Amino acid sequence: MDEDQQQFIQGVRDCLPTLLGYIGIGAAFGIVGASSNVSLLEIALLSLLVYAGSAQFIICALFVVHTPISVIVATTFIVNLRHFLMGLAIAPAFSQYSMKQNVLLGTLLTDETFGVAASKLTKQTKLNASWMHGLNITAYLCWLLSSLAGAMLGQWIEEPTVFGLDFALPAMFVALLIIQLQQQAAGKLMHLLAVVGYTIVFMVVFSFIVPSHLAVLLSTMSAATIGVLTKR
Amino acid sequence: MTISTTMLLIIIGCCLVTLIPRIAPFILVKKVSLPKWMTDWLSYIPICILTALIVQGMWTAEQGKLIISWHYMLALIPTVIVALWTRSLAVTVIVGVVAMALVRMFS
Repeated sequence: MDEDQQQFIQGVRDCLPTLLGYIGIGAAFGIVGASSNVSLLEIALLSLLVYAGSAQFIICALFVVHTPISVIVATTFIVNLRHFLMGLAIAPAFSQYSMKQNVLLGTLLTDETFGVAASKLTKQTKLNASWMHGLNITAYLCWLLSSLAGAMLGQWIEEPTVFGLDFALPAMFVALLIIQLQQQAAGKLMHLLAVVGYTIVFMVVFSFIVPSHLAVLLSTMSAATIGVLTKR
Repeated sequence: MTISTTMLLIIIGCCLVTLIPRIAPFILVKKVSLPKWMTDWLSYIPICILTALIVQGMWTAEQGKLIISWHYMLALIPTVIVALWTRSLAVTVIVGVVAMALVRMFS
């Protein structure tokens, strides 16, 4: 087996711990979609082409109350704009690879694969593209299959929130955040915990002024700026 | 197996507006190398954005008032403890989902 194949398989392995999250949220999405009168084909296409967890829920919610197409598309843009920041944060780790490889890496980037890549980046400055493809493609397939399974389950279950499936995503973010903080050197940890605190404060403030998805972006950018300015 | 024209347009539109911000940074970084202050700033993005995404579910703002989601806050407690203890994504997700299901069942 050559180096690339080994790296790809390692990426698949590193994706496995996150799969439960995808299965939980994917299934929940399928159920919500089915109960919003979105057909199986439409659910499959949403997962295949939009491939963005929280945005897909929002699309269904807006679709079911006959929101204009332009509003749905604009909302999706704002909700998914965070990927731009995530991409900027990890793209330099892949700059040695071809443009084609980089475009493919960006196409399948999600919150979770970003989280896994970012936690690897605390220990190294470059990442392997084949490894990232393994991670990305496993996540993509799992998302597609679980949303289809959910759509079929949706004929019997109407309210996925009863099972707590919707909490799979925040739970995964908690684990990703804590893993990253635990990898830091003791001296830097206090500084980063302060930055976490600033982010929370900014979220409170911005929540009053802008919709929550915009608050996520603005709080992230503001807290990162304070982080740079207060670094010793 | 049907698809409405409206949904087809929504899917195409949403696909494009999701794809562009996803790909753009990878193309950008390939063309220009980012200055030091920028990469410094970006190194804070993972921690800030994960925090913000977690906090996002804690409350909703309605007419100038924050309405705290107590279910979410309660489910968060065992989730954080288990994440600190096990450092495992899979275990944390399972505990989180079960915790949320239990909180909803008993309230």
